[in-house]
Amino acid sequence: MSAIGTSGADEAHPLLGKPVRRIEDRALLMGRGRYVDDLPVDRRTLHAHIVRSPHAHAIIARIDAAPALACAGIHAVITGEDVRRLTDPFLVAVKERIPQWALAVGRVRYVGEPVALVLADNRYLAEDAAELIAVEYEPLPAVVDARAALATGAPLIHEEAGTNELSVRRFIYGDPDGAFAAADARVSTDIAYPRNSFTPIECFVVVAEYDIADDSYDAIANFQGPFSIHPVMARALRVPGTRLRLRTPADSGGSFGTKLAVFPHIVLMCIASRIAGRPVKWVEDRLEHLQAASTGPARIATAEAAVTREGRILALRFDAIEDYGAFLRAPMPGPLYRMHGASTGAYDVAHLAVTNRVVLTNTMPAGLIRGFGGPQHYLALERLVQRIAAELNLDPLDVIRRNLVRDFPYRAAAGALYDSGDYARAVETAIGDGRLASLRQRQKEARAAGRPFGIGFAAVVEPGLSNMGYLSTLLTAEARERAGPKNGAVSLATVAIDPLGAVAVSADVPVEGQGHATVLAQIVADELGLSVEDVRVNLEIDTAKDAWSIASGTYSSRFAPGTAVAAHLAARRMRDRLAAIAAKQLNVLRDDIEFAGGKVRSRGNPDNALSFARVAGTAHWSPVLLPDDVPPSLRETASWSPPELEPPSPDDRINTSLTYGFVFDFCGVEIDPATFTARVDRYVTMHDAGRLINPMLADGQVRGAFVQGLAAALFEEFVYDENGAFLSGTFADYLVPTASEVPPLEILHIHSPSPLTPLGAKGLAEGNCMSVPACIANAIADALGIADVNLPATPKRLHALMAGPERPA
Amino acid sequence: MRRVKSDERAQIRLTLNGRAVLGLAEPRMLLSDFLREVLGATGTHVGCEHGVCGCCTVLIDGIACRSCLVFAVQAEGRSVATVESLAATDGTLNRLQRAFREHHALQCGFCTPGILMSFTDYLGRNQAPSEAQLRDVLSGHLCRCTGYDGIMRAVIDAAGPKSEDP
Amino acid sequence: MKPRPFDYLRPRSVDEAIEALAEHGDKARVLAGGQSLVAMLNFRLLAPQALIDIGGLEELDDIRRADGRLEIGAAVTQNRLLAEPGLARELPLLAAALPFVGHFQTRNRGTVCGSVAHADPSAEIPLVLAMLEGEVVLRSARGTRNAAADEFQRGMLATSRAPDELIVAVTLPLRTSKRVAFREVARRQGDFAIVAVAAMVEEECVRIGVGGIADRPAVRRIAARGESDIAQALDALALELGGYDDLHASARMRRDLLRRIGPIVVREALACAA
Repeated sequence: MSAIGTSGADEAHPLLGKPVRRIEDRALLMGRGRYVDDLPVDRRTLHAHIVRSPHAHAIIARIDAAPALACAGIHAVITGEDVRRLTDPFLVAVKERIPQWALAVGRVRYVGEPVALVLADNRYLAEDAAELIAVEYEPLPAVVDARAALATGAPLIHEEAGTNELSVRRFIYGDPDGAFAAADARVSTDIAYPRNSFTPIECFVVVAEYDIADDSYDAIANFQGPFSIHPVMARALRVPGTRLRLRTPADSGGSFGTKLAVFPHIVLMCIASRIAGRPVKWVEDRLEHLQAASTGPARIATAEAAVTREGRILALRFDAIEDYGAFLRAPMPGPLYRMHGASTGAYDVAHLAVTNRVVLTNTMPAGLIRGFGGPQHYLALERLVQRIAAELNLDPLDVIRRNLVRDFPYRAAAGALYDSGDYARAVETAIGDGRLASLRQRQKEARAAGRPFGIGFAAVVEPGLSNMGYLSTLLTAEARERAGPKNGAVSLATVAIDPLGAVAVSADVPVEGQGHATVLAQIVADELGLSVEDVRVNLEIDTAKDAWSIASGTYSSRFAPGTAVAAHLAARRMRDRLAAIAAKQLNVLRDDIEFAGGKVRSRGNPDNALSFARVAGTAHWSPVLLPDDVPPSLRETASWSPPELEPPSPDDRINTSLTYGFVFDFCGVEIDPATFTARVDRYVTMHDAGRLINPMLADGQVRGAFVQGLAAALFEEFVYDENGAFLSGTFADYLVPTASEVPPLEILHIHSPSPLTPLGAKGLAEGNCMSVPACIANAIADALGIADVNLPATPKRLHALMAGPERPA
Repeated sequence: MRRVKSDERAQIRLTLNGRAVLGLAEPRMLLSDFLREVLGATGTHVGCEHGVCGCCTVLIDGIACRSCLVFAVQAEGRSVATVESLAATDGTLNRLQRAFREHHALQCGFCTPGILMSFTDYLGRNQAPSEAQLRDVLSGHLCRCTGYDGIMRAVIDAAGPKSEDP
Repeated sequence: MKPRPFDYLRPRSVDEAIEALAEHGDKARVLAGGQSLVAMLNFRLLAPQALIDIGGLEELDDIRRADGRLEIGAAVTQNRLLAEPGLARELPLLAAALPFVGHFQTRNRGTVCGSVAHADPSAEIPLVLAMLEGEVVLRSARGTRNAAADEFQRGMLATSRAPDELIVAVTLPLRTSKRVAFREVARRQGDFAIVAVAAMVEEECVRIGVGGIADRPAVRRIAARGESDIAQALDALALELGGYDDLHASARMRRDLLRRIGPIVVREALACAA
């Protein structure tokens, strides 16, 4: 493995680190994207519409579909009974007696839960018929608050379970009790992280067809992975994985985690096709998406620190209650465990206690949402740091400085191996280049004028490439022993060269819009001495033909530390193979071969050269001439599975991810006392994501995550009333920030390459989803001098905090 | 009076991107669905069907509007322009499209066609708009990927004095 | 989110439109810009048997001046009005409020009269209509009548329009005083206001209009003697109007917004040169 420069392009890799313009853009700008809903379908295709529960909790007494079936153009109405007959319940991480299916069976448990499926000639007719389906419900008491769900006598979401608390795990690392007993002070804070998601503009789309000839299913959907869900779907459909061919399209209209949750609908459309004997297409609409697609879990947590007078944190305790809605869907409860190894965040804290509770309520099931546990965890940890400063009368920045991890690699208390970093330098650089002093001046001026103005900070360790074994931390060591170890994460990429020397790349990351094709083209072109335009990347995935693993998918910032590395390795192997071929023809040693400008040539005598196409052509046209050790094929699939992703240890330490980037944010927030509106005055974010392969795309990810973090902090929330009615059902109720709500963002970078990946790149697309809610909450706390900040900090909430007794202004 | 019964599939003639086209639609068919499913113009996307997200924005007689809030039958005899009309027939991107690529103004690209059409209308009617005016126009669209920054830079660029074409 | 079936009627004249309304009455809905109506149809909140599309009627697509009034036809879009030369001089308050109506893209198609017909309690155009003592011109086979703004808008999404009546225009007396101000508090740019406040300076007093607190716009005259009088008057108005709770604001917050935004708007109006 040759060394690659640390912060940008070098001679041998002229494209790495360059802000290469995206190869994806032309098609998208011309309206020639190929999203699932754009693809041609078989003319026999039926269109599906889902009838959903209007109740938070009810028994389904009767479904009368006869009037709907009598309508012209209606082909079938499918109910939970059909689903029960033709499928098995979905597998879940917590082995419980809670069956879950693609349609409600016997009972509904949240507003929007699918109850029946109408198949019609078109969607308009399907919706007409849906209005004629009479579903008799017997309403039951509902519970939407996680604490209330834990109380004795609370309505049981699943009677079979006997409790709404599906899992409790207590973890102790070091001697937290001793540290708390010996500490100068104890500081604690309570947080509540709201239900939200980042609502891609394209909703779910599935087209599925059952082939009765060989009992197999073929589905295309804007599924994002992880493909560990493929076996879940195949098991539900009662077929071997090879008989569920799942394809993903060339383009997908955003996901941000959400499009994991398309999977129950893939199964539903598969069996619908089986019942109808025709292909079935379903396009989720926005009302369906908002009420039932997916939400990040709501978390209620208490965070507590044992501290010295100077603000040194000796021990941390977290007690988290996480609300997963009405069902625990695979791979939940991921958000409670994805951050687990890094529970101590950016701080060097040896003693740690964590209690994790998984709770169900009568709300939409939780799923993957960008940040995946990070926003929840850092809201607790970073609010705690701000409270430590407030209670000890210290500058929060000094509390952060005093506790930062300084030596790398660093093994965190709960097992994360922080691969590299320079947190102190990142913080000091941010403060300087981000002009904290001028922000403090603005704060002084605002306060002098009587306007509430606060400054917030957040320091976040950002994981990249999840250890597939992290979720098994939720089992006891004995249970893990029985189940067999889980660990690692496989990344796959394929490089192939055709007889004319054209290079094709495919990889295990469904498209969501990040620009992965461009980055893969950069990596492969660099190895082969070509330009980005010479490399064709196809990221449509076909489980019947492509290389994939359970870890495949676009999630958990796995691209840069995972798939990009696999592509690099595949290209490197291809290069070695071509070098061997060229060396024989050029009569030089293999080590003397270099690739540049479309040529394969002798380093010592660049005139002794062959065109890239000629060398590649040799493998196709004259395999007999190849050196003995070169296989006669120009197709390389490389897999990358870093050894650092070990299974949880017997004492529950887990290296939850491969790379750990660092994010340090600060911001100023002014609260308008006339409108009770929090306005972000300035926001600065510092990233250390190691080596940036394409800084333009990296900043694009940072900006996107920033606005989603802002949305979580100030705007977006799925709101239920106490009876479980859903109140955020339209885009007029669930408020996505527009360009007018977005403050300017200043982005800074330093670069501490990961020593654990050959590219040195770390994940960076989720960090601001984690840091921004905490940072803004801290600024609001500072502005108003309050201890508890509930998110999103809407004008309604801020008014309730600021109003006081009612009187004239 | 033009009368179309609810279950009648009327012949809808209109001009789409400069060409006369004809398709059948019941009165209730949304223009967004008509464009995509009847005429095959899938560049126009559907994101919310209640007029908020803006990704279905097209031009009707040159004016940007939400095609999910218009029935196909209302577009009878009108001239509709969609994102497919923007690039030259040889595939050369127009100035606005080029600015979007240059400034990384798109990621998943799903909201992009609507935004391009809004600014095609707005920049065609407004000389030298201010940044605030451009931001106001952009606020009629939801984008979840970009955080809007690249889009703002692109439309500011496209609204500015013309530099030499590449 | 696909609408229920309906018959589509596109009259070629106002007379034909009125005929169609007479025939279908409350089973029909008038479609002009459709920016609220079509969304409601997509939600299946409504089930009209027929839509009568007046959006393309040229005789309604006109802005006229007569007898010191501006008459805005029922097919005139919000952006067309906003671009009307001289609007800022003739009706500065209307010109100040219009940019707050929805977004560029919805104003392109949404009509001025459609907003009045929809009668959302926090909408800007009904508020301005009430502030400026505008009128709604309604025509039916029975004749034409003009309804004053406050008798037209009866409550939340409720008006005095009879089922056979077509809104053909709204008219506003030209009020060229520049001493006006308009502000609203909304969650986001282009959202319906939580509270909207308009002020217009008159002799000895300030006329103030408030949207978003009661079930329709409220217009009052308050004495403009001093800050504390204004505060008292706005407080009394807040308590009188009461407000209501929804997802985005409590009734109390609505009252407090009036107490806090009101004085700013009044001050801004008073600060304007005549």
